[in-house]
Amino acid sequence: MSDKNLMMSGSNLERVLKAGHFAVTCECGPPKGADLEYLQTKIDLIRGCVDAANVTDNQTAVVRMSSIAASAILVRNGIEPVMQMVTRDRNRIAAQSDLFGAYALGIRNMLCLTGDHQTFGNHPMAKNVFDLDSIQLLDVVRTIRDLGALNNGDQVQGGIKMFLGAAANPFADPFEFRVIRLAKKIRAGADFIQTQCIYDMDRFREFMRMACDMGLDKQCFILAGLTPLKSAGMAAYMNRNVAGITIPDTIIQRIRGVAKGQQGEEGIRLLLEQIQEVREIPGIAGVHIMAIEWEEKVREITERAGLLPRPQI
Amino acid sequence: MIVADPKPFGQVKGYIENFEKILIVGCGTCTTVCLAGGKAEVQMLASGLRIAFGRENRSKTILEDNVQRQCDEEFILPVLARVADEKIDAIVTLACGVGVNFFADRLGKVPIFPGVNTTFYGASVEPGLWAEMCAGCGDCITAHTGGICPVARCSKHLLNGPCGGSEKGRCEVDPANIDCVWQLIYDRLKALGRLEELQDLLPAKDWRTASDGGVRRTIRENLYKLK
Repeated sequence: MSDKNLMMSGSNLERVLKAGHFAVTCECGPPKGADLEYLQTKIDLIRGCVDAANVTDNQTAVVRMSSIAASAILVRNGIEPVMQMVTRDRNRIAAQSDLFGAYALGIRNMLCLTGDHQTFGNHPMAKNVFDLDSIQLLDVVRTIRDLGALNNGDQVQGGIKMFLGAAANPFADPFEFRVIRLAKKIRAGADFIQTQCIYDMDRFREFMRMACDMGLDKQCFILAGLTPLKSAGMAAYMNRNVAGITIPDTIIQRIRGVAKGQQGEEGIRLLLEQIQEVREIPGIAGVHIMAIEWEEKVREITERAGLLPRPQI
Repeated sequence: MIVADPKPFGQVKGYIENFEKILIVGCGTCTTVCLAGGKAEVQMLASGLRIAFGRENRSKTILEDNVQRQCDEEFILPVLARVADEKIDAIVTLACGVGVNFFADRLGKVPIFPGVNTTFYGASVEPGLWAEMCAGCGDCITAHTGGICPVARCSKHLLNGPCGGSEKGRCEVDPANIDCVWQLIYDRLKALGRLEELQDLLPAKDWRTASDGGVRRTIRENLYKLK
């Protein structure tokens, strides 16, 4: 269980949250290759807009530049990364080794995930690992950080500090288990949580009410995940094809109701309203804006939402 | 049982193209029950091969045999004797991979080929449908999960609850065909009044008892010493 008053890594994200500010994170997906320029462009687009940026780890099981390398490039460029790590592709030997490498490269936030199954990616024929699940990865990293011991009990040479995150999906089933799973992640070491993208606000409020009833908001920082819809087509596609994401008809109709060229703007308006809505939900400590391949909108979104300038602590 | 699927006919035919006298051996246990490698399947494969080679005007001798279990030496000894006596050139076995290996270890210079693809440890759910139920991990954890195994039946082998891809009781990997095992576990523990156990953290599993600890064997000392 995370102590909200103790500094775990002293990362910018942790300091912002612990100073009581409403935190803002976004996503920064690495290139499908070694294209540094692509990454640099994204870095420049989000600079100054967020407290930290999540660097995804081969998201949707599509091969990209490693999250450690891309995170280190963000560090070099003065943007704080939240390095995502999935257990799909690495066993506990690689996970612990990568953790040390990441820390040595200046990475101070880490999001522990199981990862999308490889059948969704571009190498469905690959063998997966899943030596650990996301909760066990949290436990392994927390044990290294707090007890200086590897998973086998060996002592670690030199300490590491890491602000530890996990994901939560309030929209998957069974619904009643979702808060239990959140509690397990906190017990396993999660200091902060970033949720799956929220469209069904009523269900999210119910999830947060259950979480607050269990006191979970006092034990970790919960950032509400939001994804702007570029078009009605994207909304319908996500609703149909992404398990664990439900987009209410009213939202799809709303986006569909405006002219094609205006749908992106309507999506952003909706997002701005969602940011206001989640700010008012008890227990929400920030937003995680996943503008999927739409990083050029992060500045506009954070500006119009009144989230700029970001606090300097 | 160990479940298997017949290999594509052309693949099996390809294995034996260059041999003249071929023995097809069925197994009377698992692959008989899952209708992949019993007496009937041996007959069908043998007939098919005779017809196929006949159409190409090639004469081959395709022989048939069936044993109760290809994973016990006493059952396969007669086949080994037959292979020697009748000067058989090659064997196709319709047993699981265990049968292929067990024979291969004992066949000397006679080649053996698999006639089925061994798939999983499963059960016959309804006529014509078999489903995976056990992964043979060597350290059964189902006491914690209402008797339902997430190692075998969760696409990600998750031990601490369902991922975000569980929707309406189905697994996102193949919603039409795969149950979310964690939904099944949740429902079962709820019915048993043991839902609170789901709050327990299952620590990282020790996979040494699975094949990750190297090739496995089991010794029952009371029996082994007798030998």
